[in-house]
Amino acid sequence: MTAVPDPRPMACPGCAVAPMDMAAPEAQPDDILLSLPEIHCHNCIRDAETALLARDDVAAARVNLTLKRAYVTPVGNVTADALVETLAGVGVVAHPLDPTALQSKATEAAGRALLMRLAVAGFAAMNVMLLSVAVWSGATDATRDMFHWISAAIALPAVAFCGQPFFAGAWRALRAGRLSMDVPIALAILLALGTSLWETALSGHHAFFDAAITLCFFLLAGRYLEFRTRAAARSAAEELTALEVPRATRIVGGVPLDIPVAELAVGDVILVRAGGRIPVDGVVREGTAELDRSMLTGETIPVPASDGSAVAAGETVLSGPLTIEATAVGRDTALHRLADLVAVAEAGRARYNPLADKAAALYAPGVHILAVLAWAGWMLWTGDMRVALNIAAAVLIITCPCALGLAVPAVTTAASGALFRRGVLIKNATALERLAEVDTVVFDKTGTLTEGVPQVLGWDDVPDDARRVALALARGSTHPLSVAIAAQGGDAAEVTDIREMPGFGTEGLWRGARVRLGRTGWAGPEGDSDAGLCTWVDLGAGQVFRIRFADTLRPGVAETVAALVDAGLQVEMMSGDREAAVTATARAAGIAVAHAGCLPEDKVARIEALQAQGRRVLMVGDGLNDTGALAAADVSLSPASALDAARVASDMVLLGTRFDALPEALRCARAARRRITENFRIATIYNIVAVPLAVVGLATPLIAALAMSTSSITVSLNAMRGIWR
Amino acid sequence: MNVLAYLIPVSLLLGAVGLIGFLYTLRSRQYEDPDGDSRRILDETWDDRPKP
Repeated sequence: MTAVPDPRPMACPGCAVAPMDMAAPEAQPDDILLSLPEIHCHNCIRDAETALLARDDVAAARVNLTLKRAYVTPVGNVTADALVETLAGVGVVAHPLDPTALQSKATEAAGRALLMRLAVAGFAAMNVMLLSVAVWSGATDATRDMFHWISAAIALPAVAFCGQPFFAGAWRALRAGRLSMDVPIALAILLALGTSLWETALSGHHAFFDAAITLCFFLLAGRYLEFRTRAAARSAAEELTALEVPRATRIVGGVPLDIPVAELAVGDVILVRAGGRIPVDGVVREGTAELDRSMLTGETIPVPASDGSAVAAGETVLSGPLTIEATAVGRDTALHRLADLVAVAEAGRARYNPLADKAAALYAPGVHILAVLAWAGWMLWTGDMRVALNIAAAVLIITCPCALGLAVPAVTTAASGALFRRGVLIKNATALERLAEVDTVVFDKTGTLTEGVPQVLGWDDVPDDARRVALALARGSTHPLSVAIAAQGGDAAEVTDIREMPGFGTEGLWRGARVRLGRTGWAGPEGDSDAGLCTWVDLGAGQVFRIRFADTLRPGVAETVAALVDAGLQVEMMSGDREAAVTATARAAGIAVAHAGCLPEDKVARIEALQAQGRRVLMVGDGLNDTGALAAADVSLSPASALDAARVASDMVLLGTRFDALPEALRCARAARRRITENFRIATIYNIVAVPLAVVGLATPLIAALAMSTSSITVSLNAMRGIWR
Repeated sequence: MNVLAYLIPVSLLLGAVGLIGFLYTLRSRQYEDPDGDSRRILDETWDDRPKP
């Protein structure tokens, strides 16, 4: 075990508690982070740690099985790639993580601070309750006073420490001129402590120290649950981002050099190999290649590029390599201008008002008015400030939103946990509520409904000779269409002198004739525009045959769409691809309404048109051209294979390759919403019973404690009732 | 009732021992990898002597 005990003595609990002492003893700034997605047992942990520590340049290595990560402290200049190779040697799959994309350290510190407050509140609440039981069972006179004073001595410092999140929240809200849930909480705690101190000083019967600290405890429990749910989702989402360490190859004086994308500048000459994504906007200086623009436009047919063509960041080079001179980098690229579209569209979503805020908007003024009325009534009736203040404090404590504070987090924790096990990651706190209201689902096509990987259509219709030649030529290339042909298998013809012509295709010699496999106009006839996604085999002597391709649907898409339609949702499809391809996919998936040739702006406009009709839209997409629509929709989902920008714009990420979880996620979200409303009702019923007692002055600390604890516990138990059928 | 003078401090002390114990486990990061810790106990490597 390498857990480092804190060297400082902890004689005083106050020192142990102070959150500024939370300097992390373990995490070093230049630690190397590795993701180990497949570890699952103690043998994997031991193998990985032993292999890493066996290296001379590793000072410490620690595997975290919960996060499936390894933290490595290097001694000298060791690269993450070298460590990945070391781990591969012992059969452990590892990927380097970009530590700058992970904000886990700040999150961890916040979580520990919250847990510490929760522990202190729990300790204080137990002890004060114990003393209060003695008072309720009939302690009198000096004994009661002593118990009250001891309770005060425990409760006051404990509340001062544990209540800080509420006081800070209330202060922020008041300064902004709003009433949040924190305002009645902070007021109730302070007023209860104040009147109780006064009562104790006058040897009064009732002191609410126990209520004040128990209130803190239950509310902190709700906050902690909420925090845990959000932190888990955020860390999983960050990990997806951190896995893509963006790097580029810059050519300096003819020598290629691997550098991070962030260091690129305008005028740099960059080499992009086949299969690589272009990191900058620029102009091709050398090479010929076909580009896949589907991430930017949804268009599945590759576009040729050669010397002098303009290229944009986000495009993928299919055959290559290409040498590109950068004309725009970073924030100036077309890719980032698309991201700006997101910022505009997101303003709409910020207007969403979650259930908890709606409840708080009704509740906070109501409570204050009630407490003030009770105080004024008793002031007029008796003229006694002490009685009137006591009654007002009792009203605030009884109505205090303990159960309300737990009503939402308890349900969302249970629901997001259930969804996470099914592979749906909820990134945004209110996404679950918005998902429950959805009545229209809009899918993107390329990469979302389809796999983005072409498949050969009608292979058996191609003559035997052409098939065998095509296979032989396809095996010599890494172009996606060639890979699709090679995947068909079978006997290949004996073709010699196979050469790949980047941007055109592959050619070779077969039975003394030159044969070609490649694009329209090179291997096949020029200017056949309706051809769609296809390639040509030229056997020489004018024998030319066409091989067609189609983008295949992901498995289970048709079933998912059918299930969504059954659940009463309207399903649509929007794509930047051509009409023919879009209609074919829509028919295969069973989607009635499909829009083709949509620019990113068109997609946003379509979503907004639907919203103007009063519809609640769920957008499912993966490309850069979808980011605006993802942000504009009421709620959005992207597959884990999506571009980083699309995942950032979405509320939810779907892990895995299937959409089966989507209808179930919708059902779960609706169940969660019902459960939240139920919880609000339960909390309200407790208030309806207890508030009249408080107003007429019958609320003893015993009744306050009972009402508060039972309502909180009922609400938590109700939330845990299986949300997932 | 004089017994209270001993019993209340004693009960508070016991509670405080539990609280400080919890804070110690929290500060020494024993809640960061619950899955891993439950598996590491099955590892036999350091059964005979402590890890140096």
